[in-house]
Amino acid sequence: MSDISVPAAAQPLEPTPPPERPVWRIIRDFRRSPLALFGLALLVVIVAAAFLAPWITPQNPYDLRSLNIMDSRLAPGEAGFSGTSFWLGTDGQGRDMFSAILYGLRISLMVGVIACTSALILGLTLGLVAAYFGGRIDTLVMRLVDLHLSFPPILVALILLAILGRGLENIIFALIIVQWATFARMARATALSERGREYIEAAQSLGLSRTRILFGHLLPNCLPPMMVLYTVEIASAIALEATLSFLGVGLPATQPSLGLLIANGFQFVLSGQYWISVFPGIALLLLIVAINLVGDRLRDVLNPRNIT
Amino acid sequence: MVYVIRRLLQAVFLALVMSFLVFTGIFAVGNPVDILIDPEATQAERVRLIAQLGLDRPFHEQYFVFLGNVLQGDFGNSFVYNRPALGLILERMPATLELAFAAIVIAVVLGIPLGMYAGLRPGTAGSQTVMAGSILGFSVPNFWQAIMLIMIFSVMLGWFPVSGRGQVGEFMGIRSSLFTLNGLQHMALPAINLAIGHLALVIRLARSGTQEVKAQDFIRFARAKGLREPRIVLVHLLRNILIPIVTLVGMSFGGLIAFAVVTESIFAWPGMGKLIIDSIRQLDRPVVVAYLIVIVVIFIILNLLVDLLYSLIDPRIRLDGAKQ
Repeated sequence: MSDISVPAAAQPLEPTPPPERPVWRIIRDFRRSPLALFGLALLVVIVAAAFLAPWITPQNPYDLRSLNIMDSRLAPGEAGFSGTSFWLGTDGQGRDMFSAILYGLRISLMVGVIACTSALILGLTLGLVAAYFGGRIDTLVMRLVDLHLSFPPILVALILLAILGRGLENIIFALIIVQWATFARMARATALSERGREYIEAAQSLGLSRTRILFGHLLPNCLPPMMVLYTVEIASAIALEATLSFLGVGLPATQPSLGLLIANGFQFVLSGQYWISVFPGIALLLLIVAINLVGDRLRDVLNPRNIT
Repeated sequence: MVYVIRRLLQAVFLALVMSFLVFTGIFAVGNPVDILIDPEATQAERVRLIAQLGLDRPFHEQYFVFLGNVLQGDFGNSFVYNRPALGLILERMPATLELAFAAIVIAVVLGIPLGMYAGLRPGTAGSQTVMAGSILGFSVPNFWQAIMLIMIFSVMLGWFPVSGRGQVGEFMGIRSSLFTLNGLQHMALPAINLAIGHLALVIRLARSGTQEVKAQDFIRFARAKGLREPRIVLVHLLRNILIPIVTLVGMSFGGLIAFAVVTESIFAWPGMGKLIIDSIRQLDRPVVVAYLIVIVVIFIILNLLVDLLYSLIDPRIRLDGAKQ
């Protein structure tokens, strides 16, 4: 029979409105939660204050000429020797706590962001490679990850710092080592579920190179869950750095992060001079809570199940 | 059985690798000579002390001497205390274990009822307070919680002592501060501090477990049968939410020992954690190495136990990890 009908030429489709850019959807969804907006606002304020510290603080806490030992351990709000009042009090060396906290935030944020970004890049690469190539590489990487995650982070960091000693580079290195495995595991799990999708098959059929498929096609599609993890891990990196610095094995005294400020104030807590420890702690707490609020909301918004 | 032997071999290999890494690292970094020997000592005294501590020998020789000794349980003498390092650690271990034990008890005894309450009555002010508290417990860094506890309960209210272990009592051959009032007073704050993070976890697990279980048929059946609410909650519900909590408690014991480092340093609790921090600061090489080896061994054993326990609880999990 030859009466198989030739399909008619496709009718021109109704012009559909261009699909909404995913970015706008994410922003729109994010704005629906007042709590997350509050967290974001708080985060912006904290980061801005930390960045602008040299211009907005009344005092440079590193400049010994601006310190006056007569001003030491003033209670919040008390006026100093020269008549200026210190709204958050002063520490044992007459340093204005407000200035010290903003400078401390700079260091804490910097360490957290640098360490976490490096860990993200390292873990993401290893996780993708493990998932895409499978076999021996996969086994090796995942063995390492499992081994790593069976020790608590603080212990791994402590072992490394016991060996390396204090210092900015050392603590960043230790944090990277602590965190890469978490990223690698998440990246592998995501990549494994993405690898079977049609677009990867399509890319393979086109004869694209493995590197191109890996980084051009697989990577972008693994990013959303990684971003959520990244946000939350920055908070835990900052908390871990503060803990290690507090214990005296993290940053050296010349780089007073929030943890060191709290440690310096600890001795005065016993004599009731609470502000030297309490205020840097509140700053640290606000920073961590703000990051976690934003991260929690991102998790909801970026979840593929919510995409309509 | 093959699995157990293979895991044990892996564990031994791991401990060896760790010992080498730790020893190399510590060897490569600080110089204990500068720290341990009085700077005003004469040259002759210095040479004699260096020889006595074995610090003048080449690296590989120091390592093999060290490894041989480790296998006999001899980690060398502490530079600071001039006593066997392993002995120092083992003698402080009970204090740490006791603290971790107390923390687990607090987390479970408070966490399960609070979590069940939050799961049974979601939306009430009480359960929202509980959940907000558990989020706070996650977010607030452990060491700062400790300072706040000291500030509020020791300095301002004067209820508990600031630091130390207090009196140690003896009961059935076990020496612990759990058995004296003074000891319990000293232990309260550090144990609470160590417990808070896990308390928050137990609350979440108990809550999600309760929400899941309470909707199931056997609970509805129990209700239809006319059982009283307390019996439903305490027997039928509780028993079914326990499994994940028991697993968590087992797995987190190691984490508690690790985190005790922070708590012990702040409360001057004379356990292993405080010892390791002091030793790192003073570059007391034998003690640091001994602690790390001991803790690695503890972890390897704990992981092994948890793996084996899993297969007992859930026979579907194959020990050899073979994929179906």
